[in-house]
This record gives sequence, C-alpha cells and structure tokens, in this order.
Amino acid sequence: MVKYFCNSADIRSTWDHVVSAFWQRYPNPFSTHVLTEDVVYREVTADHRLLSRRLLMKTNRLPRWAERLFPSGMSRFVYIIEDSIVDPVNRSLTTYTWNLNHTTLMSVEERCVFQDSAEQPATTQLRREAWISSSVYGFSRPIQEFGLARFKSNQVKAMKGLEYALSNIQASCCLKGHSPTVVIPSHCPFVDGTAGIGIRLSVVERCPSGCSGTQ
Amino acid sequence: MNSVGEACTELKREYDQCFNRWFAEKFLKGDRSGDPCTDSFRKYQRCVQKAIRDKDIPIDGVDFMGPSKDKPES
Repeated sequence: MVKYFCNSADIRSTWDHVVSAFWQRYPNPFSTHVLTEDVVYREVTADHRLLSRRLLMKTNRLPRWAERLFPSGMSRFVYIIEDSIVDPVNRSLTTYTWNLNHTTLMSVEERCVFQDSAEQPATTQLRREAWISSSVYGFSRPIQEFGLARFKSNQVKAMKGLEYALSNIQASCCLKGHSPTVVIPSHCPFVDGTAGIGIRLSVVERCPSGCSGTQ
Repeated sequence: MNSVGEACTELKREYDQCFNRWFAEKFLKGDRSGDPCTDSFRKYQRCVQKAIRDKDIPIDGVDFMGPSKDKPES
C-alpha cells in the first residue's frame, strides 16, 4: 500500500536564485541529520540540460517501537539518491529523490518541480509529490504513518534550508560582495544595494487545483 | 559539507566552488563555451567513487530518475 502526498508552494525568489540555492543548501542549520553530500554524476546534454546525481547520507532516526523491530546490526545511516534535471531554456528544475537502503522498512520517493510562477513575478512555484510505502508484514500502516509524519517534518526543514541558502545569496547580492562559499547569479535583482536588505523570504503553502493533497 | 569519503572533502569543496560559479555565470545564461571544472571534477570523482566502493554503497546500475518512470506526470 502506497501513501501519496502532494503539495505546492510559492517561493518568493526568482527561479535562477532558487536553482543556484538548490546546489548550495548544505550545510544549513536545519540539516544536521544530513551527514554527507556528494555529486556522483553530472552531464550537460546536447540540448543544454544539466543532469546530476547526488548521493546523500543521513542519520536514520527511528522511534523506539520501530527500532525494536529490526536487528541491531542494521545500518544507522540512510543513503539517498537525488537525481535532477535543470533545463535553463524551459526554466524548470525537476528532482527525483529516493532512499537506497532500508527500503523494506520504508521507501520514500519524492518528485519536485520548480518553475517560474505563472501568477506572480520574481516567484518560483514548487510542486512536490511523494510516495511512501513499507513492506514490513503486519506493520505497514503504523510505519507508513510514521513515514508520512517524518516526511512532512523533513519537507519543512528542507524548505527552511532552501530559504537559508536563498537568504545567503540575496544578502550577498545586496552587499555587492560575496562570501567565498556562496555564488550568486550575476543578474542581481537588488542592484542598488538597498531594496534587498531586510526582505524576509517566505514560502507560501498552497494547493493548486488538481493536487488532491493526502490520500 | 563533508563528502562520504573523508579524504575527499577538500576535493569536493574545490569542485563545488568551481561548479557553482560556472553554473550561475555560464550555464544559466546559456553560455555553452565549455566546462572549466572538468579537471577538479575528475579528481573529486576518483576519490569519491573509490569511497563508495569501499563502503559498499549500492549505487551501481541504478537508472537515472529510475523509480520515477512508473509515476505519471502530475
């Protein structure tokens, strides 16, 4: 049985900034559970799309009742693959993320699509879907519920992490210099050095028509 | 951010810096003039792919965007 989850959010930053921040969001104060991050494949296609694969290693924090179900030798870490396609012509970033191990316990797959908002200027729309399932006999439902709750909590952290990376980028724009670890697209929207300071980035959660929420 | 291969973190940082610059300044602007990061990427990959093998991380043969193929477009 698979639990399906979808939602949509508006990010009040341009698509270029969001996509740049996507590569720069680790580490951030909300990602202490992400231990390592590596690019393991990258290719620019003939039609100028960027394909990438990242490998992430995260801690696997289970509630005690779930820990008791599994042998003590089980890996404390979860390996996650994040595949992505950046299409700068059509201005879309599509990502697909799933866990490589612990899949019997729980399989979580997530697809995200970042595109320019059709309604608001200088805004990026994020559409996100997830499929959560467990094969553990007799325990599928509680594990799925736990998985869904943890997934939602991780989504919140992921958005905060992206906001954090975006605020670094936008602060760098405003100050017209940048820290060596943050790289900004050169067409900075806050060129006069004043407009950007103090702007609070915010993510507005909304569900578009056609996205049926949680099933 | 650390690499999964402890010895690879510095190589990763060098590559990431090169990539982030190229991505924002060239790639997003449609500049196809070539990738200045090939060298640093190669060094980083040599290190990290070895670490992945040493740690038996089951990443081999996994299709790009693999599981998404059976999911309909939303």
